[in-house]
This record gives sequence, structure tokens and C-alpha cells, in this order.
Amino acid sequence: MAKTHLKMTVNGQEVETLAEPRELLIHVLRERLGIKGPHIGCETSHCGACTVDMDGKSVKSCTVFAAQAEGADITTVEGLGDPDNLHVLQEMFREHHGLQCGFCTPGMIIRAHRLLLENPNPSEEDVRFGMAGNLCRCTGYQNIVKAILAAAAEMNAAKEAAQ
Amino acid sequence: MIPGAFEYHRPESVDAAVKLLAELGEDSRVIAGGHSLIPMMKLRMADMSHLIDLQKIGDLKGIRVDGGTVTIGAMTTQHELIENAALQDAAPIMREAALQIADPQVRYVGTIGGNVANGDPGNDMPGLMQCLDATFTLVGPDGERQVAARDFYEAAYFTARTDEEILTAISFTAPKGGYAYEKQKRKIGDYATAAAAVLLSKDGDRCSAASIAMTNLSDTPVYSADAGAALTGSPLDDQAIKTAVAAALNDIEPAEDNRGPVAFKIHVAGVILRRAIERAWSRA
Repeated sequence: MAKTHLKMTVNGQEVETLAEPRELLIHVLRERLGIKGPHIGCETSHCGACTVDMDGKSVKSCTVFAAQAEGADITTVEGLGDPDNLHVLQEMFREHHGLQCGFCTPGMIIRAHRLLLENPNPSEEDVRFGMAGNLCRCTGYQNIVKAILAAAAEMNAAKEAAQ
Repeated sequence: MIPGAFEYHRPESVDAAVKLLAELGEDSRVIAGGHSLIPMMKLRMADMSHLIDLQKIGDLKGIRVDGGTVTIGAMTTQHELIENAALQDAAPIMREAALQIADPQVRYVGTIGGNVANGDPGNDMPGLMQCLDATFTLVGPDGERQVAARDFYEAAYFTARTDEEILTAISFTAPKGGYAYEKQKRKIGDYATAAAAVLLSKDGDRCSAASIAMTNLSDTPVYSADAGAALTGSPLDDQAIKTAVAAALNDIEPAEDNRGPVAFKIHVAGVILRRAIERAWSRA
């Protein structure tokens, strides 16, 4: 099957690549573009380890064809921060030990990013409901929820300080 | 988990999509959110030469509430149903049901059109559409036609939609009175073990109208006219609820699967339906 020419914006940069339409977005990101933040967990739309932000929505990139993502604006965990300049969510996951093995973390953080954009003052229940598409097989949910609530508080404090 | 190869098409109008579907024939399928189709393709349980993506067709998007009639474009996502204030005013049962579908990531992408057109007995919207007495709009090479949700489902994955047609919209009269969509599932993201959609109207202290449909308890959604009739005119007391539940259980035909044996599903269906009736009545 012929490859098609794909153009997307990934972490603020325009990228172009050739891919078969049937290739999954997660495979294009990891194998063609070398973006290894999104992980392949279950590959069956359940675990959320492959979550990316696509056109303002949290999506499981194992359940999107490369061709569907043509023209899309995608943010992965790499687009939020880097080791010298962590995003507040990354800081808070570190601070509150919101990870054990760390495999689910990139998906958790990019999903939490969208959740906090939509709801900057979530209750604990809002966080649990909003994170229900991301599984942690270490079952470290308590600290993940704590980290996200702490990040919300930090972001709100920073906003207030800026005003 | 690599699906078979296909050619990808992204038409920008319903007409163009219908034309492509007719030209490419039975080896082609339309894709909406893809969260039912892509997993099946990855398992190679669905295989096609051409995939027609509806994402660029603006006419298939949006929610309109107009003089008591609600019209929802087929490509409207579950997330958009949940966030829409006009829909919440006109038909709050839609939000209540949509919030119980899958998980946040799936709701951002999964569409109402895909949910109702797929014909999977596990999907939640078909039962709700039958409860609301909704109408589906289908567009094919011979133009447009309307099919009642209560006449649409023939068997699992078989519906009144022909291969050349695209389901473009659903519409229904905004319901009055109390409502509830109650769902029992094993975990977030699972299909229902049993679910029930209930709409009730109240006149004085009696029930003046009732509509009841159930999800994943047969190979199609189950609209139970008998269950509704058992409540209509009653004071909605325990006896009336028992009669209605018995009537609904008489209409379902659950199959044993990994959610449990038949006897368990019938039991759960009874519990869920009673809860839905009581909650709808408390809101009537």
C-alpha cells in the first residue's frame, strides 16, 4: 500500500513524514518521529499510556490512524517541559511521588494538563473521574491524584500572583 | 495490532461521501470517531479496502435546539453532548447517559452517530434513542430518509441502514418530566451489564406517561411498551413498579458472556430498572 505524505504540528513544530494510512498515530510518533514520551501499554484503547493532546482533546494515540491525524496539532509530554524546565505538573508528580514504575506517567501528565485547562479548580472526585481513562498498573493512584490537585493549586497561586 | 491496509479518503461534504461510498462499493466503510471500528480493524475482525473519514464534513457537526426539537449532527462527540448547555436544558438525560460512556479520552472522540449506527448492543445511545422516540436521518444515493430509532435495530450489527447510506443526524422532541439513565458496569470503560433509560411525566400524583428502554440485554436495544404502559395512570407505587419491571424483564433476552450468566443479568436488569424508575419519578 502506498505511503501518504503526512503533515502535522507536534509540540509546536511542523513535521512531515511518510506513513501508510493504517499506521497508528502512536507508531508514527515513536518510530517515525522519534517522540518516545507517549508509551504503548495495552494497545487496545484501555490503558491511556499512549495519551496525547490532539486539537485540544486528550486522545489515545493507539486508536487513531496516522491518516486521521493529517493536519492535527499534537502535544505530547515532551511539549510541556524539559529536564531543566519542568512543567508544574511534572514538578508536582516528582514532589508528591505520583509515580512508581513511571510507565503510565507521560499519559497521566498530558491528560492531567488538558483536565486542568478545562477545569482549573477540580475537586478530588473531578480528578478521579477526569483521569478514569488512564490506568496505573502499580495502582499508585493516591499520589497521582494528590500531584494533580497540588499542580492545580500551584497554577492558581501563580495566576493570582501575576495579577 | 496492525490492521490490514486500506486507502484513506477525507471528503468535505455529505454528497461527496455518499458518492465515494457508492463508487467504492462494499469494500468501503465510513469512519466517525473510530473507537469501535479501529479496535475491530486492529484485531482484523473488520477489514476494508477504503476508509471514508467524515471528520471534515461541517454539516455533520453541531447541536440545535429549536422550538422543542433537538437535532444533533452525527459527528457530534460524547464530550460535546456533555458540555452543551442548550442540550442540558432541553434533554438532561443525554448528558447523564453520555457521562457513563467509556472514559474521557474515548468521549472526546466517540460520536453519537457512530454509537447509534454501529448496531452494537453494548452501545448506550441506541436504547436512549428508543426511549426518546428519536428519528435517524439517513442519506444515500437516492436522497434522504427518516427511520424511527424504534424500527432501526434488526439484530446485533444489523440495522435499517443500507451499505450505501450514511447516518447524518438524530432528532427528537425535547422530553418533559423526570428522567434517568442508570447503568451497571464492571468498571469504567466497560459496556453495561444492564442499563435502563426512563422518562416519566407526572400529572397530580399519578404517572401520566412513561417510556422505558434497556441496553445490552438482547441483541438489539429493547424498548418495552408494556413496561411503560404498566406505569402510565398508576400512582407509581411499589406494585406498579413491580409490574413494570416484570413486563420489561419479559421483553429482554440476555445472553451469557463474561459479564455473567443469564440469571444474573436478569437480576441486575430488574435492580437497575427499578432504580431508574425511582430516580426519574423523584425528578418528575
